[in-house]
Amino acid sequence: MPPTELHLRFQGVSKAFGAVRALEDVTFGVRAGSVHALLGENGAGKSTLLKVLSGAHVPSHGALVLGGAQRSFASPAEAFAAGIAVIYQELQLVPEMTVAENVFLGHMPARFGLIDRAELHRQARTLLERVAPEIEPARRVASLSLGERQMVEIAKALSRGARVIAFDEPTSSLSARETDRLFTVIRALRDDGCCVLYVTHRLDEVFALCDAATVLRDGRHVKSHASLAGVSRDEIVRAMVGRELTDVYAWSARPRGALVLEVEGLAGPGLAAPITLAVARGEIVGVFGLVGAGRTELLRVLFGAARRTAGRVRVAGRELDVRSPRDAIAAGVALCPEDRRKEGIFPLLSVLENLNVSARHVHARSCGVLDGRWERENARAQTERLAIKAASPAQPIATLSGGNQQKVVFGRWLAGTLEVLLLDEPTRGVDVGARSEIYAILYELARRGVGVLLVSSDLPEVLGVSDRVLVMRRGALSGELARAEATQERVLELALPRAAEGAGR
Amino acid sequence: MRTRAARMELLQRAGMLLVFALLALACSLFVPSFASSDNLEALLLSVSTVGFVACTMLFCLASGNFDLSVGSIVACAGVVGAVVMRDTGSTALGVLAALAVGLTAGLVNGWVVAFARINPLITTLATMQIVRGAAYIANDGKSVAIGAPGFDALGSERLLGFPLPVWMCAFAMVAFGFVLARTTFGRSTLAIGGNLEAARLAGIRVERIQLAIFGLQGLVCAFTGLVLASRMTSGQPMSSQGLELEVISACVLGGVSLSGGVGSMLAVVAGVLILGTVQNAMSLLNVDSFWQYVARGSILLAAVLFDRWRTRA
Ligand SMILES: Nc1ncnc2c1ncn2[C@@H]1O[C@H](COP(=O)(O)OP(=O)(O)OP(=O)(O)O)[C@@H](O)[C@H]1O
Ligand SMILES: [Mg+2]
Repeated sequence: MPPTELHLRFQGVSKAFGAVRALEDVTFGVRAGSVHALLGENGAGKSTLLKVLSGAHVPSHGALVLGGAQRSFASPAEAFAAGIAVIYQELQLVPEMTVAENVFLGHMPARFGLIDRAELHRQARTLLERVAPEIEPARRVASLSLGERQMVEIAKALSRGARVIAFDEPTSSLSARETDRLFTVIRALRDDGCCVLYVTHRLDEVFALCDAATVLRDGRHVKSHASLAGVSRDEIVRAMVGRELTDVYAWSARPRGALVLEVEGLAGPGLAAPITLAVARGEIVGVFGLVGAGRTELLRVLFGAARRTAGRVRVAGRELDVRSPRDAIAAGVALCPEDRRKEGIFPLLSVLENLNVSARHVHARSCGVLDGRWERENARAQTERLAIKAASPAQPIATLSGGNQQKVVFGRWLAGTLEVLLLDEPTRGVDVGARSEIYAILYELARRGVGVLLVSSDLPEVLGVSDRVLVMRRGALSGELARAEATQERVLELALPRAAEGAGR
Repeated sequence: MRTRAARMELLQRAGMLLVFALLALACSLFVPSFASSDNLEALLLSVSTVGFVACTMLFCLASGNFDLSVGSIVACAGVVGAVVMRDTGSTALGVLAALAVGLTAGLVNGWVVAFARINPLITTLATMQIVRGAAYIANDGKSVAIGAPGFDALGSERLLGFPLPVWMCAFAMVAFGFVLARTTFGRSTLAIGGNLEAARLAGIRVERIQLAIFGLQGLVCAFTGLVLASRMTSGQPMSSQGLELEVISACVLGGVSLSGGVGSMLAVVAGVLILGTVQNAMSLLNVDSFWQYVARGSILLAAVLFDRWRTRA
């Protein structure tokens, strides 16, 4: 297959959901043997385009051209059969089944309806050879890490002979090492002549991995770069957000007040050593660590979502004895959880409901009767403030784009009284434009005296917005750096396991 | 455009009420004596039992739970109330005893489900049998006649042309409907059903609310048992068998989701009325009782299929 052949083409693809036009007349091509980045703000229509590709959505207009032939898929099964696989962020694996069973889900090798286990494992092993030889076909998927599951998902795509593989924000919850691993596999797929579509909000990855790029804005095609040579980051950002955006972080020094959060000898599940730290009013403290370093656990114990076994916590000078998140909230502590789908959103409820869920009991009238006017007003204010893209406050949150769901989860806490804000990966899946808005809101909250503890796996983000950086390693604090001394190297040095080779750089 | 969307939404929500209206129209045209005032009264009276229990079952389902023990609680509360009234001669004591039985059973359900985190299906399957057993034990399996003064008024008093239970049921529906739609308790219920973990992290007292829902369920069942006992002037341990299935059918028929997170009182009202009307029409038409089972099940199946089709379209 010649590498320059246009293998996949979107031809005037449009898709509307009621009044929402998610895609409008999108036309561009993807070369075989290339990795093609698909970029755009939250709600630009990237995921929708992938769902059109996978047959999950039928386009209102337009078509796909695959290897010269016009195709339309009525179901994911048809797209799969045509060699198209889309790997969504929420992986589509059955956790209680084995790796091999997942890889061959729906087309297991069988004789007279009896599954041939030996054959199943042999074939699965051959496929896994190409992506992750260390994964045992007989293991249960539930016991795998997220990065490993992604590899299983890729093997599953290969088992169907996929030639077009699309990834929707695959790295947003992977560790740095897992990300490297994924890139290696994706490059191998490309060299095999596959068409790879790659959706991400991390522009570094675009330049590290991708050969070409397409930018969508508000469902329309803005620009395609057949080659990324000579294309600057700013140019891509401008195409995405439609305006100039040079400094995403826009940090400036802030006055600092009295201590608002004092933690002494905190212990709990996932924390290997007692944690002692303090955050002042007006301060943003970043917490960095590798996946599994105990950052999420620290926040959960602070918030009362996990059991505190020892230690003292003081909020605004008052002893905080949390038994449940509600106690923490009453003391002015808020948490944006890490796993949006599992812990953040109420998928069936509306945007308005989701925004008001934490603050409404404060604003309800007597006997818990809701104040409808306040609820509508608050939902409107937060939607505006965070530029949440929703057709109406009544839209079910599950139909919002991923980044916009994240903004709703964040917006939930902006209505109450706030002393300490705990953030766990608050900008995962949020586009650059909206990220800079979220940072601006963080700065504003800090100026008003809120103390912020920010956990993030995005090192540039931690360095960009924090006044001080705490580093965790294996469930314990391993160091603390002031903003001026916090460089990528020094933070990583503190975060990486000491014994590991090649990590001491 | 907005108004069109609003109208669509109204149609969506009233959809099943519309079905009921058509059904009622058809019945009054084609089923002899369906539209007579005597029959309508009997219809509403019979519907009120399911209606009461459906009010709190709605909360149970909306919070992602399930309660199979309602029929047993209704029967047990009736028997215990009757026994206490017989032995003490006091109506008030009997009522209190019945309500206490219901509340206790409900709280046990709630505690096991919320705090011990046992699957509600299994929990209430167990309490359903335990409480039914208790109903038999209370008076050796025999029904208890009630002669306590004033108690018969509960089930037979009339107000503005309708029996008291019908009014009380209507009141309960309005009240619980308001609680679900307009109070923090109601919204928390839906939030728990939609995403339990997220609800906890949003500061909702998940366990307490679940406990409260089951407790309320028990109380309402006990009250229903009292009304039933008053209407029959006796407490009968074998009464209300299968009530749980009738109630859950009615809720689902109206469009309450079994997986939690969605539900409205309008849906419950529609479901209860449709089921009651069908039952009533079949009796009037002298449909064989064996066939009535078949018909009820088919209607339930048809309703959920219709609902799936409607939400997809
Ligand atoms: N099922 C649906 N019903 C209604 N609107 C929808 C539905 N699915 C998507 N949308 C809307 O379509 C638009 C595009 O959404 P999409 O998920 O494709 O965005 P995205 O580019 O993937 O954004 P993100 O970067 O945040 O993931 C959004 O405005 C979204 O609200
Ligand atoms: Mg998306």
